Amino acid sequence: MKHTISVLLQNKPGVLSRVTGLFSGRGFNIESLSVAETLDSSISCLTLVTRGDEAIIEQITKQLHKLIDVIKVTDIGDSEYVEREMVLIRVKAEAQTRAEVLRVVDIFRGKVVDVSPKSYAVEVTGSTSKVQAIIDILKPLGIQEIVRTGTIAMARASKK
Amino acid sequence: MDKINGSQAIIRCLQEEGVKIIFGFPGGAIIDLFDALMDSDITNVLVRHEQGAVHAADGLARVTGEVGVALLTSGPGATNGVTAIATAYCDSIPMVILTGQVPTPLIGNDAFQEVDIVGITRPCTKHNYLVKDAKDLVPTLREAFHIARTGRPGPVLVDLPKDVVAKMIDFPEKKPIRMQTYQPNYEPHQGQIEKACKKILKAKNPVLYVGGGVILSNAHEELTELARKLNIPVTMTLMGLGGFPGTDPLSMGMLGMHGSYAANMAVANCDLLIAVGARFDDRVTGRLDAFAPHATIIHIDIDPTSISKNVKVDIPIVADCKHALTAMNTWFNTSSDFNREQVAASHEPWRATIDGWATKHPMTYIDEGEIIKPQFVIQKLDELTHGDAIITTEVGQNQMWAAQFYKFNKPRQWATSGGLGTMGYGLPAAIGAKMAFPDKTVVDVAGDGSIQMNIQELATAKQYKCPVKVVILNNNYLGMVRQWQELFYNKRYAGTVMDVTPDFVMLAQAYGAVGLRATKTSEVEAVLKEALATDNTVIMDFVIAREECVFPMVPAGKATTEMLLV
Repeated sequence: MKHTISVLLQNKPGVLSRVTGLFSGRGFNIESLSVAETLDSSISCLTLVTRGDEAIIEQITKQLHKLIDVIKVTDIGDSEYVEREMVLIRVKAEAQTRAEVLRVVDIFRGKVVDVSPKSYAVEVTGSTSKVQAIIDILKPLGIQEIVRTGTIAMARASKK
Repeated sequence: MDKINGSQAIIRCLQEEGVKIIFGFPGGAIIDLFDALMDSDITNVLVRHEQGAVHAADGLARVTGEVGVALLTSGPGATNGVTAIATAYCDSIPMVILTGQVPTPLIGNDAFQEVDIVGITRPCTKHNYLVKDAKDLVPTLREAFHIARTGRPGPVLVDLPKDVVAKMIDFPEKKPIRMQTYQPNYEPHQGQIEKACKKILKAKNPVLYVGGGVILSNAHEELTELARKLNIPVTMTLMGLGGFPGTDPLSMGMLGMHGSYAANMAVANCDLLIAVGARFDDRVTGRLDAFAPHATIIHIDIDPTSISKNVKVDIPIVADCKHALTAMNTWFNTSSDFNREQVAASHEPWRATIDGWATKHPMTYIDEGEIIKPQFVIQKLDELTHGDAIITTEVGQNQMWAAQFYKFNKPRQWATSGGLGTMGYGLPAAIGAKMAFPDKTVVDVAGDGSIQMNIQELATAKQYKCPVKVVILNNNYLGMVRQWQELFYNKRYAGTVMDVTPDFVMLAQAYGAVGLRATKTSEVEAVLKEALATDNTVIMDFVIAREECVFPMVPAGKATTEMLLV
């Protein structure tokens, strides 16, 4: 089962290595990882996507919590949540395919962020499956390079 | 506030924390601290190898319950300490390790004797720090001690660049430590306590399974009260020995790979397993699906990650063992559902079954006349020290025989590398223990293989007039691995034959210690008596039955009921 886990941690040197070292040392796997400062610059928020059965996810959250620099661990999948990932794709765009690329980007509500005579760089944001979908569609047209951010996620606010 | 330099501030922190003895080995990056140490009342024990320093601090910590402190230099000094740090980490021993580091402008430049020790020790410390700003020195040291001794204890390393400890700083006043991100939970959840106690009252065949957590939290009295109050048989892990009196009729001895037949059978047949400060290690459980298959499991542990890690637990109690056991005792003392006589009587048939197992296959060995049996040596040692000595061990057969045949009645008289299984632990740990308790008899039970891993510490023992006694069970083999080869590898003794070992008697003499030897069973007692009466470091070389095996034995990966017996 795929799980998205959000970790608040102290923004100190080496703290990311404590988290990744925990995963490699205990044989847990990381599918994606994204980290940046929160409003409070002394605290970072790390979102990671991992896979495992219930027992493994329980161990992962407990082990993360045991790290001294970790403030809070939330298995986001426990509640309703929104997740987003951004991808930058450089795709071949020559005379016969330029229009087709633009159409696809438009369908996915993406943006062209860089143009050259032979290629476009496009930006698309969405769930991991949407990002994967545009990659699959553009692949036959000739993708030259892609960079993905990995998932970030946030629990939805209570509706009451 | 008065200005002092960083090194002096660190030493003052150590004094504040009550540190009396530290173990260390100097080097370029840590000279300042050694210099400051000279002006303090802290005893500085110069070891002969950094691994010895950290093991000695670990030995001191295990027998006193205080935080052990080691002081090492940068680079190789620090890396030499890593095995011993990992040893302490696996057994949750409170320690602070201070390492020198190259000056901050040189960090990352591959400077002389530079190594990223914080990076290296991240997975084998509870926490670690690199102090880059002198004003952080004192708060970091205080936090390090706090983390080391609270919650599930463990080693904390503080890396100290040479320029940082040379700076002049103000020594800040001590305030209570409050960390936003670290607040171990000591108090049990009352609802869980009640649930557990009610379950215990319903059990017909309960077993208490006791680990090192009981020793670490000083909960032996509360545990003993609970076991006796409810007439529940007790088994201990290697780390839990001494947590419950080994000579008590309720004690079944150790469980697991080399545990007693009765203890393993009891766990396999119990309907309730109460795990207290134990972590369901593979050496205890054997094949997981056959471990306590009929039992409801209650698990008390201060570390939530220990719960349901290997074995699914029915009633978890995240708390300090002492607090949780106190709460359980109080519940029974005040509950109208609890009738002591009735409960005690209801467990009698179960105890009779266990006694039957113990009688059928007691912890024993075959007498071979004048050929010295290692078990006999330990039994004699137990008898002559009235079960009251502090015993440390190396790792392997010597360790298991000590665990099986010495009757530990009190906590903190036993220091052995359980989790990591570090050969070379016993001698330096014995020195640490003896430095802490000069009036106690301290014996390192060793093999001829493992004693050679830190034999250089004999010089430390001599320099600090530390008359530890070393029992070498000498079979000219790396005996435990040889035993596996005999049983599971067609007697192919690959890499386990010690064709050349030193003459340990002459070796002891070379260090200015006393060397004694016994080659016949009839000489064992006299050698032990002489060693115990000698006010000097003594090595006893017992030439034992060469291919003696440790039994019972649960082969790795088998169910604990599938024991190979004597």
